[in-house]
Amino acid sequence: MQVPASFDYERARSVDEALELLRRHGEEARVVAGGHSLLPMMKLRLAGPEVLIDINDLTELDHIDLVGDELRVGALTRHRALLESESVGRYFPIVHDAERVIADPPVRNRGTIGGSLCQADPSEDLSAVCGALHARAVIRGAEGERVVSMADFHQGPYETAVGVGEMLVEVRIPVLPGAGSAYEKVERKAGDWAVAAAGVALTLREGRIADAGVGLAAVGAGALNLHAVQTLMNGSEPSEALYEEAGRVASANCSPVTDSRGSEDYKRHLAGELTRRALRRAVARAARSTAREA
Amino acid sequence: MRITVNVNGEDRTREVEPRHLLVRFLRDDLELTGTHWGCDTSNCGTCVVLMDGEPVKSCTVLAVMAAGHEIRTVEDLADGERLDPVQQGFIERHGLQCGFCTPGMMLTGRALLDRNPDPSEQEIREAISGQLCRCTGYLNIVRSIQWAARKEAEDARAEAAETAGSQA
Ligand code: FES
Ligand code: FES
Repeated sequence: MQVPASFDYERARSVDEALELLRRHGEEARVVAGGHSLLPMMKLRLAGPEVLIDINDLTELDHIDLVGDELRVGALTRHRALLESESVGRYFPIVHDAERVIADPPVRNRGTIGGSLCQADPSEDLSAVCGALHARAVIRGAEGERVVSMADFHQGPYETAVGVGEMLVEVRIPVLPGAGSAYEKVERKAGDWAVAAAGVALTLREGRIADAGVGLAAVGAGALNLHAVQTLMNGSEPSEALYEEAGRVASANCSPVTDSRGSEDYKRHLAGELTRRALRRAVARAARSTAREA
Repeated sequence: MRITVNVNGEDRTREVEPRHLLVRFLRDDLELTGTHWGCDTSNCGTCVVLMDGEPVKSCTVLAVMAAGHEIRTVEDLADGERLDPVQQGFIERHGLQCGFCTPGMMLTGRALLDRNPDPSEQEIREAISGQLCRCTGYLNIVRSIQWAARKEAEDARAEAAETAGSQA
């Protein structure tokens, strides 16, 4: 039987109380929401917080709202709610593509977007999705809120911009006209972590690609925003030749390692091929939303 | 810590350590051993119980996190001697062999039918996709849940006909 090491448990009744608890306990405290990343790590003694601060009662962090030209998703929003949200599916089909293949239904009933992002596992799907979508993270602390880009949020494997005494409260995703997006993942079995995955988001403006975002999962750190591919795509007209080149650049600009899920070569191959497929679908979806909006 | 969890409609209070897992709380403290325990890593789904009506893996929920919530386990499916249609379906369509996955499978079937009384085969397969069966190959589990869906639809029709008849 796997049991975590002993810890103290506090259940926060408000965001302010959670922040106060985080401040008081400093480095030794961790926030727990769904617990499906943290508890397994605690059972394996890879994580050993002395205090767990349960934020499951903070319903103010469980929301999906369209505010102006962005969708604001509370950190406590469960995977299941994202998958069932009609507005998420309409504006960001990439999120629904990903959510269908994240773990399985009982896990999606508990796991949250905030937990996924804060875990900052380079193999985690929503991080790549949010990277591709140029989402921004709202971090709250004693001094108030700050808003950081996904690239700044993820500071390395298992490291985020959330400091001691702070917590992630919201994710903001820009809603753009003429947008299309898609996620492609290869997994060994249903519900598994990706062998490799690629997310692409873009808009079409007068037949040319703009606002391109490409995020890869499970091919090493620093792939949540592949600038080289984004630069290549922005301003270009969609074509098979462009997809080919984008795949080649994606595959050259990631750093997968050989493990039980596949060899470095195979993952590099997947990074290229999945980028091409996601790009093709994102363009097709953008063309449809352009037609709908016209 | 002293916690109170509503289990199968009854408030149960116990003193637990914060690291105590919900599956242990149910099995060891409350002696509700119908909830099984397998991989312990949120992979196999044999530990599935309903938390506020939705399936969760109880090996990856702390008992303290369940405090103040409603937990439903397999022990609560039957109403006295009367089996739940999902349980009846598992008998009629041979939905189990060793029975290890069965409590979790039946609870997921129950939760699915409560939300969606007429699920497609694909929806049933999706609902149970986080739970492993080592024996049946799943086909009979799907058929068992389909049997229960049909049975509940028939019962509802019969009941409606009866009410209509008694009013006439
Ligand atoms: S024992 Fe909980 S998922 Fe296997
Ligand atoms: S009946 Fe044996 S594990 Fe499902």
